Amino acid sequence: MVVSERSLASISKEELGKLLYQMILIRRFEEKAAEMYARGKIRGFLHLYIGQEAVGVGVISRLRADDYIYSHYREHGQAIARGLDPKAIMAELFGKATGVSRGLGGSMHIFDISKRFMGGYAIVAGHMPLACGTALAQKHLGTDAVTVSILGDGAVNEGAFHEALNLAAVWKLPVLFLCENNFYGMGTAMSRVSASTDIYKRAEAYGIRSEQVDGMDVIEVAKKTEQALQLIRRGEGPYFLEAITYRFRGHSMADPELYRDKSEVDHWRQNDPIKTFSDALIQGGMFNQGEIEVVWKKVEEEVEEAARFADESPFPDVSTLTNHMYAPSPLDNLQTEGPLDA
Amino acid sequence: MPEMLIREALREAIREEMLANERVILMGEDVGPYGGAYGVSKGLLEEFGPDRIIDTPISELGFVGAGIGAAMAGLRPIVEIMTINFSFLALDQIINSASKIHYMFGGQVSVPVVIRMASGARLSVGAQHSHSIEGWFAHVPGLKVAVPSNPADSKGLLKTAMRDENPVIFIENTASYGMKGEVPEGEYYVPFGKARIARQGKDVTIIGYSGSVIEATKAGELLAQEDIDAEVIDLRTLRPLDKEAILESVKKTGRCVVVEHAWRFGGFGAEIAAIIQEEAFDYLDAPVGRVAGVEVPMPYSMPLEVAALPTGEQVVEAVRALF
Repeated sequence: MVVSERSLASISKEELGKLLYQMILIRRFEEKAAEMYARGKIRGFLHLYIGQEAVGVGVISRLRADDYIYSHYREHGQAIARGLDPKAIMAELFGKATGVSRGLGGSMHIFDISKRFMGGYAIVAGHMPLACGTALAQKHLGTDAVTVSILGDGAVNEGAFHEALNLAAVWKLPVLFLCENNFYGMGTAMSRVSASTDIYKRAEAYGIRSEQVDGMDVIEVAKKTEQALQLIRRGEGPYFLEAITYRFRGHSMADPELYRDKSEVDHWRQNDPIKTFSDALIQGGMFNQGEIEVVWKKVEEEVEEAARFADESPFPDVSTLTNHMYAPSPLDNLQTEGPLDA
Repeated sequence: MPEMLIREALREAIREEMLANERVILMGEDVGPYGGAYGVSKGLLEEFGPDRIIDTPISELGFVGAGIGAAMAGLRPIVEIMTINFSFLALDQIINSASKIHYMFGGQVSVPVVIRMASGARLSVGAQHSHSIEGWFAHVPGLKVAVPSNPADSKGLLKTAMRDENPVIFIENTASYGMKGEVPEGEYYVPFGKARIARQGKDVTIIGYSGSVIEATKAGELLAQEDIDAEVIDLRTLRPLDKEAILESVKKTGRCVVVEHAWRFGGFGAEIAAIIQEEAFDYLDAPVGRVAGVEVPMPYSMPLEVAALPTGEQVVEAVRALF
């Protein structure tokens, strides 16, 4: 699980720096969110992406602006990687009117149409059919945009997982399924409840090209994603990537983590994707220690600014409670049956 | 005005809207070469091709979700779930996705999808194929629910549904696809939230929707022979609901009976009764009556199925009890 120096050589310093910056930004954003949760500023459920940063950053770094992303409810990190404003994400966690979803969504429902970040969804696997539909629309409209459907290992025993894989395969849809396998569906180990734990093989059963990737290695993830996207854009149908990763923190803030040994967590922390990537950048001579420290410092300022912005933003006015219930429609004011007025 | 069957009126609506907008697609089980389980999409595959008339696997959760996701990305899909009974398999997508996405994401995206399904009993198809759960969908804010009872409204309401920017649950009555009636040619839209006065009267208001408009109308005719002048209201849409038409009628007649095929307990009829007592209590000369389905899974045997559903005669009795 060491970042390959050979791969690094082919990527510009600017791009490497961007990957590192995003991973560190996600790490510190999530730690700040945990702190704000403890202070009662964030309510409800809060699922942190800490440990999985290389997956979201690696995949999303290879996407075009016109590609779509649908994700699960551990999605802040992916939203940051997609370029959503951390201030507006933090404000959403605070339930503020300035949040990406105007405070109506919360931690599990981050959305930004301008970035084609089509939402975090809180029903396990429930967003996978939506991603298929958006991909179907791309086919219909004649674009070569790809729709990415990000799921966790917990999704693979849901009917929606299988129905979505079948639809994507039979209709040859431009979908990249990205499974973040962190081994646990909440507190239950995948191996305890799944007849088959090789997730990528389930995709093979539907005739979908699939492979595993080291989800702790951002460069490896980016590389495999690039290959997958090329095939998808060529019209060869869906692709399934299973990224092996690990979440360093509990499932949510309410998780006492009684289901896994501390030694297991420690073992994975040895492979901290930010540390291994930083080490590789230094060993490869692309960055020095001082430059990396500058990144952490810059991130610190951005995260502080996000928390300050969220804290100082107003809550939505209660008078807006029922705004956005229905989208305005052209026939809303039609009074009687008949043809439409010219 | 030409006469046509409900299934033909629905087809005409789909066809006209598909001709008007290339982004309209039809997807569902057997909508292609088979022509739809109830014959609604017959001939559309030949006219519009397999890219727009899309057969799906038997995979309701999957293809209803796909219809919603396609709507979010700019298409205007009509999703046909063969019958309302199979919509249970897609409830997660209808309720957790379709009804919430516009609001939950702060109004950034709309979901212009029409989800059609056939509802109701009377065809001896047994307990798992005879549901009337129109009211369940009407319970959910974020959805619109259309429940036509005749050919003209089937066309006009479907065309309106297809111009709406929100998810519309469009419920067709299984036993009525062969009903014949006049249907205006060409552009014809029926507004949502505007009930139809099927019969004008002054003594009692009888309210029906979807299939139960048949019993409501029959009761109106029978009552006329007894010199009771009934006003019959066809709701056309349950959400939005034409409260104004209901209240105006009840304020005139002072009496009301609601007829529905759905189970009585917690049904949509109870909602109407509640609205009337909240907003027209002083005008009532009697409690609001309800005639509804008997609370059993639909039995197969014909005499039992008949006994489990409302009849015009039962509605007449319910009206008599108010005087």
